[in-house]
Amino acid sequence: MSEIKSKVHEYTPPVIKAEELDPKFKYKMSKMHGAEKIMACFQCGTCTADCPIARFSEFYRPRRIARMVQLGLKDRLLLDKALWLCSSCFTCVDHCPQGVEIAGIVRVLRNMAVAEKNLLPIVYKELATNLMKTGFVYEIPESRLQKRAEQGLPPLPKPNVGEVMKIFEVTGSASLLEKVQTFVKVESK
Amino acid sequence: MSNPKYLLFLGCVIPYRLSSYEISARKVLAKLGVELVEMPEYNCCGYPMDVINHDLMLTLAARNLCIAEKVGLPILALCNGCFCSLNETNKILKEDKKLREKINGYLKEVGMEFKGTTEVKHLIYVLSEDVGYERIKSAVTKPLTGIHVAQHSGCHVLRPRKYVGRDDPENPTTLKELIRLTGAECLDYMDEAECCGNPIIGVNEDVPFQMAKEKLEHVRAAGAQALITVCPFCHIMFDINQPRIERAFNEKFNLPVLHYPQLLGLAMGFSPEELALNELRVKPTELLNQIR
Repeated sequence: MSEIKSKVHEYTPPVIKAEELDPKFKYKMSKMHGAEKIMACFQCGTCTADCPIARFSEFYRPRRIARMVQLGLKDRLLLDKALWLCSSCFTCVDHCPQGVEIAGIVRVLRNMAVAEKNLLPIVYKELATNLMKTGFVYEIPESRLQKRAEQGLPPLPKPNVGEVMKIFEVTGSASLLEKVQTFVKVESK
Repeated sequence: MSNPKYLLFLGCVIPYRLSSYEISARKVLAKLGVELVEMPEYNCCGYPMDVINHDLMLTLAARNLCIAEKVGLPILALCNGCFCSLNETNKILKEDKKLREKINGYLKEVGMEFKGTTEVKHLIYVLSEDVGYERIKSAVTKPLTGIHVAQHSGCHVLRPRKYVGRDDPENPTTLKELIRLTGAECLDYMDEAECCGNPIIGVNEDVPFQMAKEKLEHVRAAGAQALITVCPFCHIMFDINQPRIERAFNEKFNLPVLHYPQLLGLAMGFSPEELALNELRVKPTELLNQIR
């Protein structure tokens, strides 16, 4: 009992200051592909209740993310590494009674964190680097390609690296990746 | 019945580390009369890049779709992730004219244009819808009677419902039906539709390990001798990572995880060697003894 009590006293609720709120943020979000229905969220919490990640992480709460978008707490959202814990299983999307695509909203926020805060987990930078270099997100070693022949598999089609690189350039992704600051791990509790 | 023909989309992770899936899929599909054409100059499906830039994902996926349109064949994906991004992009760009124009603007730079004339299918839907249960049933020459397994379809072959719209994500039956055709029993278990956790393993191992451990416990509690998957990422989570999960939780599972075409292949009379069963991390020794 005393342990619970002391925990209660230690906990300081995060006070939201009015100047932190960006009232236009929800309108901006609702124009993004996948986040169109953010305003329809009425905070029932089905997404969090059914989220397999939220079951094992104290930090990842999809309902909270939806509410923070509605309130316009943009910086808090984009700087919170818990954003990177969504496994994009789409359970929240299929279960939402209001048709809000929570996983789509998380994806939009991740794209914003990359573009506006230059933040990206290192694993995705590595995958992107491989992709620009080889056409695949993993660098498939020569030994693997030889083993294919031994196993009677046809040779792997040669990717068009030039075209892949061009796509990174014209979508602005190559320059985004140049300036990102990477981080390794996301804590879950 | 005419023989269905597809462009095989292998993706990245299968040629990188899971050729057992490719080998077994090619074997059973050939015997079932499915013709596979190698996909020329394909690139990563785009899925892993969606977190960085949505337009990048759509354009990378659309480039692959354009190749399929040019060849004039539908795509067969073995990986749930590839199926997800290719199928979703195909449907989105067919429906959303404004977005299609935007993506076509990028594709123009590589001399391509998305027209919306191809289709994307995952292995399990090729088997259930195009090959059909009857043809599979008649190809089963060595029914796996007395074998008890469980299925893990994985998320992206079912969700989001809006874009996949085939099986019921809450109670998936396609893979179960396909398993039953082999003569093996497919057991129900708790939380069958739960995610494997693999997509976030690059940033956090604790959560995916707990998710996978729970799944392995539920499968074991149901009395299954093996878990059957149709996605390389789910397979890595339950097979390749199983010893690490065992160490992390000080628990022993020793549960073999087979790619569905390996199970089907056994029932069609292929040898374990032909199906690359020796490449599995958790060896299905007992299971194979029972079949022999």
